[in-house]
Amino acid sequence: MTHTTQIYMIGVGGQGIGLLSEVLAHAGDLAGLEIRAVDTHGLAQRGGSVESFLRVGTRVFSPLVAPHDADLVIALERTEALRGLVHYARRGGRLVWYETTWQPLAVRLGREPLVETAQILERARALDVTAYPVHVDGLPDPRMQNVAVLATIAGLGWIPGVGVDHFRRALTDLVPPKAAAANLALFDAVSSALPSPVDPAK
Amino acid sequence: MGNTAIVRAMAVTGTRVVTAYPGSPTPEIAEAISRIPAPERPFHFEFSTNEKVATEVAFGASINGHLSCVFFKSVGLNVAADTFVQLSMMELAGGMVIVMGDDPGCNSSQNEQDNRHIARLAYTPIWEPMDPQEVHDMYLEAAAWSQKMRMPVILRLSTHVCHAKMRVRSDAYTPQPLDPTPRFDAAAGPYLPITKLVAPLKRRALEKLEKTREQAEATPFTRVIPGAPGTGLGLITAGLPTASVLEVLSTVEAPPDVLRLGLVHPLPARAIADFLRTHGEVKILEELDDFLEQGIVQIAYREGISCRIRGKEDLEAWIGEYTPPKVRAILHATWPGLVSATPPGGPATPAAGDDGPTPRAPQMCPGCGHRSAFHAVAQALADDDITVADIGCHTLGFMPPYNMGQVLLCMGASPGISAGLSLFQKSRRVVAFIGDSTFFHAGVPGVINALFNRHDFTLIVMENGTTAMTGHQDHAGSGANFNGPVQSMSIRDLLVSMGATVREVDTYAQGRLTQLVREANEAGGFQVVIARHPCMLAHMRRESRKPGHVRRQVRILKDRCDQQHVCVMRFGCPSFFLEPDGGVHVNEDLCIGDGSCLQTCPSKAIAPPAAREDS
Repeated sequence: MTHTTQIYMIGVGGQGIGLLSEVLAHAGDLAGLEIRAVDTHGLAQRGGSVESFLRVGTRVFSPLVAPHDADLVIALERTEALRGLVHYARRGGRLVWYETTWQPLAVRLGREPLVETAQILERARALDVTAYPVHVDGLPDPRMQNVAVLATIAGLGWIPGVGVDHFRRALTDLVPPKAAAANLALFDAVSSALPSPVDPAK
Repeated sequence: MGNTAIVRAMAVTGTRVVTAYPGSPTPEIAEAISRIPAPERPFHFEFSTNEKVATEVAFGASINGHLSCVFFKSVGLNVAADTFVQLSMMELAGGMVIVMGDDPGCNSSQNEQDNRHIARLAYTPIWEPMDPQEVHDMYLEAAAWSQKMRMPVILRLSTHVCHAKMRVRSDAYTPQPLDPTPRFDAAAGPYLPITKLVAPLKRRALEKLEKTREQAEATPFTRVIPGAPGTGLGLITAGLPTASVLEVLSTVEAPPDVLRLGLVHPLPARAIADFLRTHGEVKILEELDDFLEQGIVQIAYREGISCRIRGKEDLEAWIGEYTPPKVRAILHATWPGLVSATPPGGPATPAAGDDGPTPRAPQMCPGCGHRSAFHAVAQALADDDITVADIGCHTLGFMPPYNMGQVLLCMGASPGISAGLSLFQKSRRVVAFIGDSTFFHAGVPGVINALFNRHDFTLIVMENGTTAMTGHQDHAGSGANFNGPVQSMSIRDLLVSMGATVREVDTYAQGRLTQLVREANEAGGFQVVIARHPCMLAHMRRESRKPGHVRRQVRILKDRCDQQHVCVMRFGCPSFFLEPDGGVHVNEDLCIGDGSCLQTCPSKAIAPPAAREDS
């Protein structure tokens, strides 16, 4: 029996979901797994929701993840976390998100309230989804939020068959040399400090 | 990525000239090309003014003996069509591959046209890859056949083939020295399709196409993927839907046989007839229109085959991308006993009405000059004036809170549409918008027409110095082309030389822009206002890389803010957040410190940009 991990990523254009998906796919490749991935490009980048699909496993054809079928939903923003959870998480799946907010237009126009963290946790419980918010105080650059999320996924072992070293090497390969030291330091700090790291080999 | 794999294939095949006009899903092909340092780049690449010109440049290079390639998005074909339909009649001495990025599902296009139809119109073969590996491999096939047959060959991609990522294998690449000899030979043509010369040229095109049918039969990309023995059921598909079909069938206990086509035009008639004869019932599974279905039904009729052929059975089958869930739904409707509605062990049906948060639409970036322009222009217009949009970032002005741009067709259409809207009436002023790249691409003829036929509307040129929406490609007014700095072409000077009355202003001078638009509208006739501001996304990316870059931002002076909310609700910069208590907060991750908002606050409660405390 083969297993394919279905990963759905969502964020707001400009948050760096492209790099995150690139690193995850490269890590899967380094781990010797087959990967199929696809990002949304183009028009959606301008402050709208951006999504990215990644399938990691042993027998994969399509890069697309079906709604309500993701083993792992990754979000870089709170409203997008709820959106990803509702549209893509499978029952019993997992959700990790970076706890920051980019107010959507409807909120700024005073037409809708902002999504609260408690709402996400409650909805996740109802769907039997394990939810994990990430926040690092005093990040020097908001563009590093995706690395904090990456380190969390690595530390928790949430992509079966892909180990912390694979993620770390993928990150080293793909971040610009100038930013490498700071990003790797953040990766190490976050991935090693998790409460219950799981060894993916077990 | 498919868009990267194709660049490798261009190098491997010795493609010498590559041309394009940017349009999603294809611009990443050029990004991959830009990552090859210019001295090592084995071909000439350019972003041409539009898709038609790009096709002509590639054609010219090909008849001079160079293998060439042109790429553009789905609707780019419409612009290129006048040139494109002639290609099959020409002896393309060097070969020429046309790469089309179709967009099923309209991820970033104004329609989801099915460009396979051009194959019948213009007697041109089409290859359809399903993933990046096949993009690479089929480019090699297409280029080799095009060189051998001296005919155009299309490689048709779709959005999720262009952007899909996987490990791609490629043979070792040995650079071949460029032979710059101009080999154009008029005698190899004729290259003048004039009246009586056309019939033999058309005959030759049809003969070449018939020979290509043999390749469609023989290629290993046309193959039967065997299912369970003895089902009597078959499925014919091609391109991206193949990946979705294989994905769905991998969960089916007794899957049907699949005939997967490498070329979708011309069709491999023998392979298809054999498949139809050996199956009692065959489903054709194709994205968008019933292109394969027409051809396959024709083959069955001609051959007198009695197989039950099932094509598109409802209108939904014509719409949208064939994702695995869509393919599953279609196959379930076709063979309910064979394919279940949901994957085994798959997701439970979601609770009804649980739609999650309101969709987050794209919007203009913090500091965008277009925001200032829309905010200013709005104040110069009467409620029932008519605003006409064009393609580009400024199209986003149609959304709240600006609501600017009530009509949109395609690239460069706004001057023509506005001319028509202004006939017989003076009560509702017509105001058209156009971006600078679009102006050069297809806007100029509409502007000339407005002057020539003395039309009556105001054209606002939203000049930001780049092709922003597709990722900041340079255009004739940018001061650089893909390969280096060039003299920038002034839109203002062009317009003035045509005889237009031109007013111009930086959009951050919002009051002045309002005044100029008022003047233009009151003057009547064809009037131009150039609303200029450099793309701030591109600007900030350049600035943030400079050493010693200091991040700046504005902030709200709480004691002055009387919560009129102009900044957050009418100017609408995404940096402004509305607090639960009605106050306004500036998000420090988003604000770029441009200060274009200061003038919009009636209470002067926005403090000028200052360095962030932590920088």
